[in-house]
Amino acid sequence: MSALRLLSTIDMARFVARGFLRFDAVVPHEINEQFMAEAGETAEPDEGFKGSHRDAFAANAIPEVQAGTPLANAYEPGTAPARLLALPLVAGTLQSLLGPEIVFDHHFLHVRLPSRDPSRGPNLSQHTHQDSTIDPRQAFDVQLMYYPHRITRDMGGTRFIPGTHLRKVSEFAIGRYQNVVGQQHVVCEAGTLLFLHHGVWHGAGANQSDRTRYMFKIRLRAAGRQTRAWAIEDYRPPDKQRAIFFLKSPPEENTVETVLTTPEPWFEQDTGRLEYINRIKLWRYLTEDPEYDADYWLTRLDENAAAGNR
Amino acid sequence: MARSPLGKSMKLPKLKGNRKARLTNPRQKVLVLYLANSALDAPVVAWALYDGSGERLHMAGDEDSPPYKTGLDALREGWRLFQASQIQPHVRGEELDLSYLKYEFFFERICEAVV
Repeated sequence: MSALRLLSTIDMARFVARGFLRFDAVVPHEINEQFMAEAGETAEPDEGFKGSHRDAFAANAIPEVQAGTPLANAYEPGTAPARLLALPLVAGTLQSLLGPEIVFDHHFLHVRLPSRDPSRGPNLSQHTHQDSTIDPRQAFDVQLMYYPHRITRDMGGTRFIPGTHLRKVSEFAIGRYQNVVGQQHVVCEAGTLLFLHHGVWHGAGANQSDRTRYMFKIRLRAAGRQTRAWAIEDYRPPDKQRAIFFLKSPPEENTVETVLTTPEPWFEQDTGRLEYINRIKLWRYLTEDPEYDADYWLTRLDENAAAGNR
Repeated sequence: MARSPLGKSMKLPKLKGNRKARLTNPRQKVLVLYLANSALDAPVVAWALYDGSGERLHMAGDEDSPPYKTGLDALREGWRLFQASQIQPHVRGEELDLSYLKYEFFFERICEAVV
């Protein structure tokens, strides 16, 4: 297991704050090529853009896998997904986020066909949504998004909104949010990976190019202890709170506290502070430290309650 | 007329005195703005556009910059506000929970249908 590339504490804090980690062009070329060969060519269904790709999927080499399968047993050794998951960066990042025992939830080959024929229906982007269903847990699943070939802006790419992962919403109930300040579109080289907290709001872009776009997603969950699983040995929480609001110099960069209290551009002026509080709660969960705080946001509430002041 | 950040599709019907120009096939355009707080002059943090005239098909992810900086800017451009979200009290025990964007404003303008 020494080959695992575990996340640093600051990278974990970034994931907690923004709900994603992105690694560009980290999957070797031969795995990308093998994956594209195993995925095969996906033709446009007879029903047009809205049609199912099930027939094409039946012919490709990506297996059906039962939900709940231990990740180690999900893919045949030597296949592209197995080789991808064995990469030290991938295995280390997944272990950091989910702990050593990981279970397969589902995977899907996302295919966005080019806009060749307008008579087959409008070529639309996917509405903004949060995957699965309302999920009230503090624990989280990880969605590994794998881009096996180069994605240009006109190919659409995955659109996602950093920092939305801690909002409890009901899947496509957020479809009305067409555009959000700070949204990102995945434009990348082949072999790029996105590790998403399951709650991040996202959607597929419309493919306006003349090439089919593929993205392979694997959803994974912790089967055992999820916490303190990254390279945490050097981490020490601060022994005192720093000054807040009235400051004579900028806050120190690259500290957990600064990362957890950095806003996203779409934050509302009141709920942005609640976002900080929910990030701090998630950091408490991951570090197993019920007293951790950044900039006094939870201490202000906790200490009053502890003193019996309600 | 002030320059519209959305181009021709955002131009108002021409006015003659206090009377609006007659439209033979009037259609509704709807603009939804999500603001940073409950004030109409607060900054836009998210938005959506639906064009019933058929001139343009808007969709998720089609723009990265908001059409207006604030809700008030949309009013100044001729959009008519017809609905605003209420400011709701917080449910006891769920005060720190977050879900949907809070400050939603619906605007409309009536345009000629594009055949």
